[in-house]
Amino acid sequence: MSIMEYNGGSVIAMVGKDCVAIASDLRLGNQALTVATNFEKIFPVTDRIYIGLPGLATDVTTLRERFRYRVNMYTIKESRTIEPSTFAHLVSSTLYERRFGPYFIEPIIAGLERNPATGELSPYIAGADLIGCLNFAKDFVVAGTASDKLFGVAEGLWEPGLEPEDLFETISQTLLNAVDRDAYSGWGAIVHVITKDKVISRTLKGRMD
Amino acid sequence: MASADGGAYSFSLTTFSPSGKLVQIEHALAAVSAGTTSLGIKATNGIVIATEKKSSSILIDDSMLEKVAVICPNIGIVYSGMGPDFRILVAKARKSAQAYWKIYGEYPPTLVLTQEVATLMQEATQSGGVRPYGVSLLVAGWDATRGPMLYQVDPSGSFWAWKASAIGKNMVNAKTFLEKRYNDDIGLEDAIHTALLTLKEGFEGQMTEKTIEIGVVSVPTPAEGETGKVDTATARPKPTFRKLTEEEVRDYLAL
Repeated sequence: MSIMEYNGGSVIAMVGKDCVAIASDLRLGNQALTVATNFEKIFPVTDRIYIGLPGLATDVTTLRERFRYRVNMYTIKESRTIEPSTFAHLVSSTLYERRFGPYFIEPIIAGLERNPATGELSPYIAGADLIGCLNFAKDFVVAGTASDKLFGVAEGLWEPGLEPEDLFETISQTLLNAVDRDAYSGWGAIVHVITKDKVISRTLKGRMD
Repeated sequence: MASADGGAYSFSLTTFSPSGKLVQIEHALAAVSAGTTSLGIKATNGIVIATEKKSSSILIDDSMLEKVAVICPNIGIVYSGMGPDFRILVAKARKSAQAYWKIYGEYPPTLVLTQEVATLMQEATQSGGVRPYGVSLLVAGWDATRGPMLYQVDPSGSFWAWKASAIGKNMVNAKTFLEKRYNDDIGLEDAIHTALLTLKEGFEGQMTEKTIEIGVVSVPTPAEGETGKVDTATARPKPTFRKLTEEEVRDYLAL
């Protein structure tokens, strides 16, 4: 039994045209026993960055609070909002701080990065392992107990340049179909699509068994 | 008498006088005013910081002297006052910049680095067994959020942003001179010449590439910003602060 699979749960992020999406299932388990079906693992960091924290549930809560603290301190100290790439490094160093007693979380970051010169927003997604090794991707990143399935389905469904609504459909189908093949993930999902001017959040029902 | 806690000497040396002054800090400022002149000018497309580098004897090899210090690729500082104290602050500032890099994967904005150094200097006014730093600093740097910024930090730990300022000996005259010469749309080249002219005002002896030091911040063009923060050849951040070489200083002096 791996501690990474103790509570179950999966997260995926995808890049679209001038938008990004991040989604997770809603299951919280105690090994095979489902304890709750409304356990959210994705949290807002700024109004255009979200972080997904699949892994050990106790560390989900702890890390969420640590990142909230560190981002708040950054915002006050530097009187500016943090950019996704900077936040990704912050996540990485926070995790590597615990190199030999890690948080059992594989975070996924999704956001829109502002180009300081032009002011343009461009999609940004990244994943990390539990000790903070960053993985920047142009298309999608996956993590959690259904990660291998998510990888396969995403590989088949994702295409470049998806508009927000199409991206929502793609990420939703990818997640729902992948978690159906995983006993530790499922029980509905939540999807956030981050666009220039708004974030669309929708809760989905899946196979509720 | 020796005691484990250091006895009376473990109290802060900086103590309020009945009139509410911290005399130690005023003495530190006096040490700064006795130091060689340094100045900084912010231009539309960059910043120049410059200082007089004076050695007490012609026998001293002045190639070792360094008064303008690079802290990280986007920030440099210059000082007036006590050289050894400056060295400590440079080492600490560099460490702080690297610590920031280790967390965020980028170098600190000028304001953040300045705040950090100012905090160090403030601590020396309130801690036991230490004296205030005998230096004032001019911090010049560029960052994407605020652009080029020039700050002055004093021994008390207070800091301000300037368009142009001078510290050290002749600072009053130099500031008056800068007030007359400064305008808001001065370019970097003009600013460098104004800096040299201002230094010349109070200069004793010959002004050569050996007796002055210059550092410049250059603002990257939008095109340079577009290609990203990292130099592809060296895989390092492109520096926006650099020290002028002796040859470059000589060329500016000749004009």
